[in-house]
Amino acid sequence: MGLLAQTRPRRLRRPDLPVLAVLAVAAAVLMPILVLALSWLGDESEVWQHLAQTVLTDLVLNTLLLVVGVSAGVLLLGISLAWMVSALEFPGRRFFDWALFLPLAVPAYVLAFVALDTFDYAGPVQRFLREAVPAFSGGSARRPWLVILTLSLVFYPYVYMLARTAFMAQGRTLMEQARILGLGPYAAFWRVALPMARPAIAAGLALALMETLADFGAVAVFNYDTFTTAIYKSWYGLFNLNAAAQLASLLLVFVLLTLALERMGRGRARFEPQGARQAHRVRPRGFIPWLLTLFAGSVFLLAFALPVGRLVYWVFDSAWRDLDARYWGLIWRTLVLGSGAALVTVTLALLLGYVRRTRQHRLLHVAVRGATVGYAMPGSVLAVGIVLSFAAIDRFLTQTFGVGQVLMGGLLALQMAYVVRFLAVAFGPVETAFERVRPRLIDAARTLGASPAETVRRIYLPLLTPGVLTALLLVLIDVMKEMPATLLLRPFGWDTLSVRIYEMTAEGEWARAALPSLSLILAGLLPVYLLMRRTRVH
Amino acid sequence: MSPWLKGGMLALAALAISACSEPDDTREVVVYTSRGDHLVKPVFDAFTADTGIKVSYITDNDAALLTRLEAEGSNSPADMLITVDAGNLWQAAERGLLQPVHDDTLKASVPANLRDSQDRWYGLSVRARTIVYSTERVNPDELSTYEALADEQWRGRLCLRTSKKVYNQSLVATMIERLGEARTEEIVRGWVDNLATDVFANDNAVMEAIVAGQCDVGIVNTYYFGRMQRDNPDMPLKLFWANQGEGESGMHVNISGAGVTAHAPHPEEAKALLVWMSQEASQRVLADGNMEFPVNPDVSPAPAVAAWGEFRADDLNVEVAGRRQVEAVKLMDRAGYR
Repeated sequence: MGLLAQTRPRRLRRPDLPVLAVLAVAAAVLMPILVLALSWLGDESEVWQHLAQTVLTDLVLNTLLLVVGVSAGVLLLGISLAWMVSALEFPGRRFFDWALFLPLAVPAYVLAFVALDTFDYAGPVQRFLREAVPAFSGGSARRPWLVILTLSLVFYPYVYMLARTAFMAQGRTLMEQARILGLGPYAAFWRVALPMARPAIAAGLALALMETLADFGAVAVFNYDTFTTAIYKSWYGLFNLNAAAQLASLLLVFVLLTLALERMGRGRARFEPQGARQAHRVRPRGFIPWLLTLFAGSVFLLAFALPVGRLVYWVFDSAWRDLDARYWGLIWRTLVLGSGAALVTVTLALLLGYVRRTRQHRLLHVAVRGATVGYAMPGSVLAVGIVLSFAAIDRFLTQTFGVGQVLMGGLLALQMAYVVRFLAVAFGPVETAFERVRPRLIDAARTLGASPAETVRRIYLPLLTPGVLTALLLVLIDVMKEMPATLLLRPFGWDTLSVRIYEMTAEGEWARAALPSLSLILAGLLPVYLLMRRTRVH
Repeated sequence: MSPWLKGGMLALAALAISACSEPDDTREVVVYTSRGDHLVKPVFDAFTADTGIKVSYITDNDAALLTRLEAEGSNSPADMLITVDAGNLWQAAERGLLQPVHDDTLKASVPANLRDSQDRWYGLSVRARTIVYSTERVNPDELSTYEALADEQWRGRLCLRTSKKVYNQSLVATMIERLGEARTEEIVRGWVDNLATDVFANDNAVMEAIVAGQCDVGIVNTYYFGRMQRDNPDMPLKLFWANQGEGESGMHVNISGAGVTAHAPHPEEAKALLVWMSQEASQRVLADGNMEFPVNPDVSPAPAVAAWGEFRADDLNVEVAGRRQVEAVKLMDRAGYR
């Protein structure tokens, strides 16, 4: 515990236990990715030539368009909504404060399919318009802007959640100082609140972008070709896993760019809460509060109420027959896998955050970064990396010790996939929380004679708790929604709700996928609500 | 930590421990399958009831299952692979993941063009991919072959599913086999020129678009049509058996099928399951559950399926779908078929 005595980052002289642990975590996380990088040893120039001649340009342009569009979308929605619920007063604010979290529980592929089903030519909206307006001819809804809108609606909660916590933690004193210095409420937002919330916003944006780069389900529904699509095409269509792995490791270039952007977004901003008390909310004049309600209401409607309503309709229409005793098993296993993975992942994120906070060494910082790139790997590709590396270790163990499968086939491989993929999700909020533990506080505590254990209990724990809870929630929800790695790595009998959704959609039975989709969303509501309440700053 | 998190962790630990314990001596088969739980479980339950052999299985995408099988090698617990599309079975066999099963009952039950020439895999059900049309805007006399859908008269009237789906890859693969690459590419370009709208993500969407009036004809697997017809018996949509004319190839068919894995720990049980699945009781469940055609010619299709009428199927061996899949994918890329 002597480690805790030290307060300011110091240069690393001798690696100690936490440092070694971080290097071990980074190595474990990078192992499946490095295995994929080995694919460059094979020569796949024929596939590359084919892709370059036919579809590669479109794929890259499509991917860039998506990244730019979704960035704009999640920033616009996330920041404005977070600011509204934390600083302004408008009808329904208390409801939207937590309701705007709910879209987190909606998997991207589910919203995509509901959106397309509703707005495409054969869907109810266009059908109604064609009947009502004879001049209306309609057309395809499989358009880039709708893909961007869909993904923005699904991923904005990452920005919303982290920005909201940041805005609320800024507290009353800070805003009062800004107002005393003569800033109006809106100027105070642009010049004080927003710059101070930058680290949190950047972390949320990075999550949304990595999720966008890794997405396959939603873009497949829209038949919108991205880099991920090319990976799947090389693997499934051309049966060239090597070329798929090469493409996947190139995707990491996009990720590193994203992370570099996040660093730039953070700049030198420090996140230090000024007062525990919540600032007074401003009530705008005239009809503006109702406009705010309309805006928040539309987002809630499109991202949550509409898809859930559509799913409920299908369930009543056709899906009751699938609700049998085995169904509760699916829900139970989904929750067990999610909470187990959340605990493991957040524990590791705490370790990374602590070491990053207390040690200074280039290699360590690179290791911490490296441990969080898994989020942008499409789940399936990552799962293959784990299969290849674990199977190789198993083969080695078999040849050396004569034991059978040790790593594959159990829960270990699946847990590993969740950790690799979602460590970045846990790390964002945990790191932001660590930034709130000011060195001065620790100094003061030590000066006042607090023991290391007491410092942990009275300084670290209270200041870290909101971030840790946010991290737990995010990982839990993400694991429950995760599909491809769960499919490939789960042990026998470990079917989850997302597995059931896959089985139904693979057969084109969308209406029968409604019941597991709805169950997944409902199972996600309770943790969203509970943890939202606990991250609230009073 | 909230109580349910604690409970979850405890349950997780307990299950992790139990998952590590040694399996008991009961006879079992371990299956990797790309068919959904709701389609295979009734078959496996019936098999267990009949023989006492237990069946464990996981479901996933074909390519993912093949990759896992290949990586696990001789350590793999899998005894059997059940997938859709002959192309996937061909890939599995090519990579040495399946072992031959020589069995006279099996060979008598599965027609020669619907199984591997080296006995490494066998078809279990037949799936036909054919033309579907609007009864309101199309006269069936206008229709003839897949190839003819590239003609000028269908400009702006055709709907297709994405070329990423293996069903379309297999259809194009067999066309390459029969017509050669140049002619096939010309046809696929014709299809693309005739598209009324962007390609769709699934067969249902193709049929819905035709019903809604966005286009007039499309190409779909018959069981998707069957399911839709079951829910809306009066929809203005009909199947057309393609390529039935004199000297034409016959309708494009594909299979769902299975093979015993190369390193199967329980080869005898796996073989028993394979043979059992080719017999009448199981054929019923396999085909009827998804409105497909039984592979065993002695078993008649379900009444709703039989009501669509008889057709002459392409007698090409379905393994062509695998052998020419890469060519087909590249050809469709070149032709701008997304």
